[in-house]
Amino acid sequence: MSNQHVVVIFPHPDDESFGAAGTIAKFREEGIPVTYLCGTLGEMGRNMGSPVFANRETLSTFRKKELDEAAKQLDINVEYLGYRDKTIEFEPLEQMADHLKAKIESLGATTVITHYPGFAVHPDHDAMGAAVVEAVRQISPSARPDVWMHAISNGHEDQLGSPEVVFDIRPYWEKKLAAIKAHLSQVDGMMGLIQGQEEQLERLKTERFYTYTFES
Amino acid sequence: MKPIEQAKVQAKIDEFAGKDVYIHLETTNGAYASHFDEGAYNVGAFIRNAKVKYQHGKIVSTGGSYRVGLKIDLGWVYAEGVSDFEVDEKDRLLMAGHDREGRLMVALEISETPFSHEADPDE
Ligand SMILES: [Zn+2]
Repeated sequence: MSNQHVVVIFPHPDDESFGAAGTIAKFREEGIPVTYLCGTLGEMGRNMGSPVFANRETLSTFRKKELDEAAKQLDINVEYLGYRDKTIEFEPLEQMADHLKAKIESLGATTVITHYPGFAVHPDHDAMGAAVVEAVRQISPSARPDVWMHAISNGHEDQLGSPEVVFDIRPYWEKKLAAIKAHLSQVDGMMGLIQGQEEQLERLKTERFYTYTFES
Repeated sequence: MKPIEQAKVQAKIDEFAGKDVYIHLETTNGAYASHFDEGAYNVGAFIRNAKVKYQHGKIVSTGGSYRVGLKIDLGWVYAEGVSDFEVDEKDRLLMAGHDREGRLMVALEISETPFSHEADPDE
């Protein structure tokens, strides 16, 4: 237990809160350190606050502050990977994998949480997930962290079956909500989309992850 | 940003004419359009830091929002649906159009210095 380190790798400030805040809170309660490697600043986001308070040029600054606040709520460390929002799928996969491998190894990750490539809706999510899987593949089997992948796309369970890791995160719901709400510029837009859809809201109270199985 | 004041924006467009300027031009309906509505299509385009010199430009009211066209030597820069503007502290002309929920649908920005790729440490 003392040697565990959970490393969360998603492309946008807010992915960690919507996708994994309950799981993160659970790990933190157990005393396990959590680091969020955030791929981009989310600078191309469409939500500008409601009412609008950001513009295309100031959005990244707001989102950085918002993630700082969410990280405070969740008691985690944040590092930025320096990619550009919306462009991750166009970066060379091998370069990204090298970059991520170095990060994962230097942090001593025992579990890595990322998106399920191909089932994560946003092209940045899919591309980042694919790069993480590739990075971990290149680590020797004995030293590999577990890889947990978050799937988002409608109907993914029909194709993938049930996820291996399922947390009822209702005990951490307040914490998750506080982390989500820290993302002030995004929360109304995303919650607005979700609010109309009970199913989507209920979905936030359970966090599910598929584990990646490496061939060798 | 605030609602466009046509005369102010036109003056700013005139000021940048004939100079080397950087353009950010974008339109989007978001990466989640077809996730939340199966019938929707994801469309979008952006160009960041295109360096151009336009001969002249004009902002035209459509009653509610505006179109902007900038004539460059071999073509045009064009945006429709901008409704808000700001001349920021870096003297850049930022224009955008938002939907009812405040989400950005279109943006056209003109600057004499390149647009940044990082969060602004001063802000
Ligand atoms: Zn995201």
